[in-house]
Amino acid sequence: MISFIIRRMVITIPLVLLASVLVFILVANSGDPLADLRGRQPPVPPEVIQAREKMLGLDKPLPQRYWHWITNFVQGDMGKTIRGVEVRPLLWQRMQITLRMVVLASIVAIVLAIGAGVLSAVKQYTVTDYTFTFAGFLFLSMPVFWLAALMKEYGAIRLNKLFGKQVVFTVGPESPNLAGSFGHRLADYAGHLVLPTIALALISFAAWSRYQRATMLDVLGADYIRLARAKGLSRSRVMVRHALRNALIPLVTVVAIDTGAVFGGAVITERVFAWQGMGALLVQGVETSDPNILLAWLMVTSVLVVLFNLIADVLYAVLDPRIRYG
Amino acid sequence: MATNTLPEQPAAETGSHAVLDVKDLTVEFPTDDGVVHAVRGVSFSLEPGQVLGIVGESGSGKSVTSLAIMGLLPPSARIHGEVNFRGRNLLKLPDKEQTKIRGKQIAMIFQDPMTSLNPVYSVGWQLQEAILAHQDIDKGKAWARAVELLDLVGIPNAADRAKNYPHEFSGGMRQRAVIAMAMTNDPDVIIADEPTTALDVTVQAQVLDTLERVQENTSAGIVLITHDLGVVAGMADRVLVMYAGKPVEIGDTDSIYYDPRMPYTLGLLGSLPRLDAKGAEALTPIRGAPPSLINLPPGCPFSPRCPMSRPNCDSDEPALRPVAGVDHVAACHYAEELAGDIAAAEVFETAEADVQALEELDQLGTLDKAEAEERA
Amino acid sequence: MADTRVPPGSDSDEAGEGQELRRTEHGVQVHEVAATTPEREFTIAARTQTQMVLRRFLAHKLAVGSLVVFLIVVVVSLIGGRFWRYGYADITPEFSSPPSLKHPMGTDSIGHDSMAQILRGAQKSVQVALMVAFLATTFGALIGALAGYYRSWTDSALMRFTDLVLTIPAIALLAVLAANVSETAGNWFFIGLVLALLQWTYIARVVRGQFLSLREKEFVEAARALGASDARIMFRHLLPNATGSIIVNATITVAVAILLETALSYIGLGIRPPDTSLGLLVSEGQQAATTRPWLFWFPGIFIVIIALTVNFIGDGLRDAFDPTQTRVRA
Repeated sequence: MISFIIRRMVITIPLVLLASVLVFILVANSGDPLADLRGRQPPVPPEVIQAREKMLGLDKPLPQRYWHWITNFVQGDMGKTIRGVEVRPLLWQRMQITLRMVVLASIVAIVLAIGAGVLSAVKQYTVTDYTFTFAGFLFLSMPVFWLAALMKEYGAIRLNKLFGKQVVFTVGPESPNLAGSFGHRLADYAGHLVLPTIALALISFAAWSRYQRATMLDVLGADYIRLARAKGLSRSRVMVRHALRNALIPLVTVVAIDTGAVFGGAVITERVFAWQGMGALLVQGVETSDPNILLAWLMVTSVLVVLFNLIADVLYAVLDPRIRYG
Repeated sequence: MATNTLPEQPAAETGSHAVLDVKDLTVEFPTDDGVVHAVRGVSFSLEPGQVLGIVGESGSGKSVTSLAIMGLLPPSARIHGEVNFRGRNLLKLPDKEQTKIRGKQIAMIFQDPMTSLNPVYSVGWQLQEAILAHQDIDKGKAWARAVELLDLVGIPNAADRAKNYPHEFSGGMRQRAVIAMAMTNDPDVIIADEPTTALDVTVQAQVLDTLERVQENTSAGIVLITHDLGVVAGMADRVLVMYAGKPVEIGDTDSIYYDPRMPYTLGLLGSLPRLDAKGAEALTPIRGAPPSLINLPPGCPFSPRCPMSRPNCDSDEPALRPVAGVDHVAACHYAEELAGDIAAAEVFETAEADVQALEELDQLGTLDKAEAEERA
Repeated sequence: MADTRVPPGSDSDEAGEGQELRRTEHGVQVHEVAATTPEREFTIAARTQTQMVLRRFLAHKLAVGSLVVFLIVVVVSLIGGRFWRYGYADITPEFSSPPSLKHPMGTDSIGHDSMAQILRGAQKSVQVALMVAFLATTFGALIGALAGYYRSWTDSALMRFTDLVLTIPAIALLAVLAANVSETAGNWFFIGLVLALLQWTYIARVVRGQFLSLREKEFVEAARALGASDARIMFRHLLPNATGSIIVNATITVAVAILLETALSYIGLGIRPPDTSLGLLVSEGQQAATTRPWLFWFPGIFIVIIALTVNFIGDGLRDAFDPTQTRVRA
């Protein structure tokens, strides 16, 4: 097992390095951090622009810049933004905020997807199946920003009216100047998390539940399920111990592959609910063409995605003995 | 469609000793293209210690019959008739009761050992599960028994191999493990659905050997379903030949093999290469294909492929009737004509290659030359 | 190979007529049996592959209905703007008015007719989506075919590259790429290009998978033994077998492209003013969602309709190409 993990890691390291090259070329060629300086009226003297370029390291050739950046990056130095703010602590702070939403939404989506997928498969072609299938298709076709906006504009008001006080919030990840006991703060986080998480979760659940239904149907038709019943095992035991146990394995891979997409959805949802998380950071980086922000952003998320995929691979090997020694 | 009723049997051979007694079993599946009549009236009885071989092509309904007996058909299937096991009609029992009988009193072995075992649990664990499902003993004892059973079916190093996963077993060993699973609770009936079809010939022999040993150890009745007449010849006491969802001939193994009375049976026997053939006998394949089970036309379903068919074969479906003693029944209007030692080659056309086409192909040479000629 | 010795015209509804009967040495009366069993039953006649796929697809009422709706939406959005009485940039005296006979979808705060704007937005979104699907499918299928057929180095290199592209969250890549696209009126084309650059990877993976398994089949060996060139094998033999997956994935691409483009436009990095997109309309309408709901609902519903119909069509196509289970009526 250990050798399996090591082997997978050895394969992924070149991938990450390659990604870094790609990302660097991409960022270096898109946008000009000094665009607003260049376009100012009255025109800024060229020496000032040159000095700026030198400060940001833009006067050196591309490979040299890449080397400079990557060597610093692996040591933990992500440089500064155009304005001079340290990127790493900024990124870390934003990441924590976004991860709250991503992790919670993923868990909710997984649970919902398994439930819906399994129920749909077991009661194939019944009303239950059609309802879940239709819901799946509907949320699959819904843009996340619209759903989030729907929840924000309509859901929040209704819910708060229902409870008589403001339980769910629509702006930001937490109330400003939040203080007090842990329980009080947790309740506040929760109130802010509810709507965005539901929006993000519903979209992810849609795709995964379709997949889970298909997988479950495949498994239910397998010979070993028939044999399990022929052995005289009860329906519930066969369903849980044999069918579900096999049907959950592919889901692990699908969730891992979709990590990037969930992240993307979070970026958009943050915008709707005005969270100052990774989404806002990305937009800021793009709008100001800030290379260090963009580089750090893209690299860190890539590494995260790769990491999740690695975890998924290991989990898969744990769950499925057939691939342990492959 | 004529119904099939077995003729009255003399008192001494009544099914009162029979452990499994199937009467007029019918199974239909509604599909988008129409109703599929998979099984159209199957009747047989099985005594303890007896081996009944059910023979037929793919689509003849033999597997569906076995699944119907076990109660493992999908809920959309419409089943009629009786499946009497020790006097109780299994078809009328609620699923809970059937579950108790499955794996304990009636066990089943499926065709493909690659997919019969759950890939994520060890073989020993799956055997243990089968034991614990029906016996009230502790896990340790169940595991020991599982190892014992694996040893019984000839798995070397049973104690170690029990911890292995199915993909670490070879095909033949997997099938033997499945047989072990069928044996665990000393069943009265074992249904083996094409147990050797997915295996190499040498492995087939081992698996059949195992089955025989199982039969000697228990006194189970075995229903051996296969399309391979050679397999049946070695093991079965009685043979039931199925075609298009119905039995078309039933009798003792010797009677069927030496005195077949239904043209289909004769054709089947003739299409087998035989080691004991005297001189060079040509094979007689049966031309054509089995009929669709959705829109069966009236008359005998074998008629379009039968060299002996006459006009009335297409309008009256023959019923099973005694043709050589009470034990041997066949569904053919002209079964009498087949009495005596009639070889298949006499009735059926022997196989020949299309010599003319082969010669033309020779002259064509390569593909390009052929295309050039086409264009010319 | 038909047995030429069976007398012609022996349509054996009447077996026995016109067939030579003879008696064997033991007195059994036999006749010739035709090599192919004549049709005695009213069974399904053999059809070509395309016909079967078409037939299965048409049996899916939901997919067919969706196809109709989708085609209507496409046609309306592509040319509807020309026939509607208002242009999307026209300013009318009625502003902030709810849906009425004059303005079926209401107007915004400046006085633009919403219907005209939605038609324009839909036009842009549909154009982008169709273009992305076409480009991504063509390019992706080519890459996937090469990778699956040649394997080893070509495959590894190409797959590492697609892995790379798949690793980075799409929206981020798009944001960075799209920022380079100028804010001109024709920028939908470049947005489409950018989207296609990301989407081809999915199709490449699928086609590669298909080619990898198909190329092991015997008919490929046979073709090569007869001297067929690589290109011939790929195009004449392997590609037709992968058509099903390609088509299904192409439809998925359309749906994904619509959602991605509108998302980009929503956060302001996609199609920008003075042009419009359904995503842009949603973001503009969101601020007034509670007071002027029509500005928020209509564009959103339009997006959902397009994506939903495409998804249903894709589902129907998937079933049509690979019906592993016959539907059993309960």
